Amino acid sequence: MEVRVANVRKEFDRFPALHDVSLDIKSGELIALLGPSGSGKTTLLRLIAGLERPTRGKIFFGQEDASHRSIQERNVGFVFQHYALFRHMTVADNIGFGLKVRHGPSRPPAAEIRRRASELLDLVQLSGLEKRYPAQLSGGQRQRVALARAMAIEPKVLLLDEPFGALDAQVRRELRRWLREIHDRTGHTTVFVTHDQEEALELADRVVVMSQGRIEQVGSADEIYDTPNSPFVYSFIGESSTLPVKVEDGEIWIADRPIGLSAPHAPSGEAVLYFRPHDVELLDGCSGCIAGTVAASRRVAGTRRVELEIGGERQRVEIELPVDHPAAQKSRVAFRPRRWKLFPAA
Amino acid sequence: MADPVIKSYEPHHESRSAAVTESRPVQLLLMAVAFAFLAIFLLLPLIIVFHEALAKGFGAYTESLSNPDTRSAIRLTLLVAAIAVPLNVVFGISAAWAIAKFEFKGKAFLTTLIDLPFSVSPVISGLVYVLLFGAQGLFGEWLRAHGIQILFAVPGIVLATVFVTFPFVARELIPLMQEQGNGDEEAALSLGANGWQTFWYVTLPNVKWGLLYGVLLCNARSMGEFGAVSVVSGHIRGLTNTMPLHVEILYNEYNAVGAFAVASLLAGLALVTLVLKTLLEMRYGAEIAATRGH
Repeated sequence: MEVRVANVRKEFDRFPALHDVSLDIKSGELIALLGPSGSGKTTLLRLIAGLERPTRGKIFFGQEDASHRSIQERNVGFVFQHYALFRHMTVADNIGFGLKVRHGPSRPPAAEIRRRASELLDLVQLSGLEKRYPAQLSGGQRQRVALARAMAIEPKVLLLDEPFGALDAQVRRELRRWLREIHDRTGHTTVFVTHDQEEALELADRVVVMSQGRIEQVGSADEIYDTPNSPFVYSFIGESSTLPVKVEDGEIWIADRPIGLSAPHAPSGEAVLYFRPHDVELLDGCSGCIAGTVAASRRVAGTRRVELEIGGERQRVEIELPVDHPAAQKSRVAFRPRRWKLFPAA
Repeated sequence: MADPVIKSYEPHHESRSAAVTESRPVQLLLMAVAFAFLAIFLLLPLIIVFHEALAKGFGAYTESLSNPDTRSAIRLTLLVAAIAVPLNVVFGISAAWAIAKFEFKGKAFLTTLIDLPFSVSPVISGLVYVLLFGAQGLFGEWLRAHGIQILFAVPGIVLATVFVTFPFVARELIPLMQEQGNGDEEAALSLGANGWQTFWYVTLPNVKWGLLYGVLLCNARSMGEFGAVSVVSGHIRGLTNTMPLHVEILYNEYNAVGAFAVASLLAGLALVTLVLKTLLEMRYGAEIAATRGH
């Protein structure tokens, strides 16, 4: 099922949580809504589910305008951040709930509901736990039950709100791989919300980066990382270092020195240079480079992070060196970013 | 009046470090004070009630209970409770639902209003109905013209009782429902349940222990209420006397055995309520703690 979000605005008590957001989700796609807290990602997910109504704009399921359909009519599987399992029901009853509350002929007989529940428990690798109560399960197991429950109603779209947020790192990584497998096997159109970029980049076909109620960029993990289209995305995704620079005739300058990078199409004036700290080329001499005095040097796992003071204005910038690189011992380091991007000064 | 909705005190032995534990004599002293206080102010009167009731033997006790006026008082009390408690359950659930699950104007006002009966003297609660429905009251004339008797009759007693007891269920449920939030309900809706199914399968089971607790307290209070009922009842023997009122009448007539026999029933009710409450807590303690989150 394709989902199309068209120019949606959502206000809570006049306070806008989303400004004019549009998004096309392809059928069978696994898509991540990524952003810091307050970026509107959960609001967007809840709007797609029908848990909230848009203030303006429309949401289409396929060709059909679903904006005014209730959550029951939309037939979406929603996995809540804290799972919202019914604590007084067994695992099997939780999973079967969506089938049990159906009316008339669409409601399967009790035995069939039980069978479906067992099947789904197999799918989420929890066979044999039918009789347990949610309180008797670990966080990871609850998460799986919540997913099985959402899938029991054969939803058109699967929506997950911070699905791994409450789990510890190891379980999280395991479940991530497992969710990808389930998705590939069942082919549900799936949207999940996360603030964890690693999760989004690893798991999703496409990542939607959001900030302050707006979509900043939509793209594959590679596109988002390699060609961020805004300072926000550049600094939010992965590590980044920035330096204030000046552009003159297509050449980039720091203070009174050109640094050997040219940006022929950039307008002259103040700008900010963005680059990845690990994606730099170390240089010996310095005619056209960025040079700085080592202010601090820290070993972080497999790399060494060096903080440099650049120029007369003592701008600090961080780069990453291999642990055993001789430059780490020097008091002065010269480098040039391999890949970088200029954004106009704010 | 003591606030009856105070949550039972839950000790956290494991979280107390040795450093803040009082010395043994201090502990003993504190316990002795607590027990002595309870014995003098609670246990002793209770013993006296039963002692006086049985002072002239078991025969006199049963005889005074089978007195027709006494029987009618018991019947009336049961009737009033049977009307007041279900009304308060409906009201309590609605109010708690409204306050806990959605935002609306006047919510703080409603929350304050619910506490009103706790802060108002029961006598005033009764007088309000006299002012409204009495012969000289606001609706007195209209009621008389239509031949409707509220004051000095069962409807008045029910009204006064409902007024006095209406916070019990609501106050028990509001914090519970607020704590639980909307998550489970949203989950049920997303799975296709309608409003009624959501309430029946999800919300109600989540609050059932709190509800039962509230019902018990509400019931005990509605059977035991004296002040408000006294004002509106008119004390007509065999007609508008509830058990607490009947106790007073009998006592004023120097019929100690009769008065204490009826009082022993009320005391018995209190004991049964206490035992049920304790049993509930023992049997479902973990579950109650889990759903109430206090």
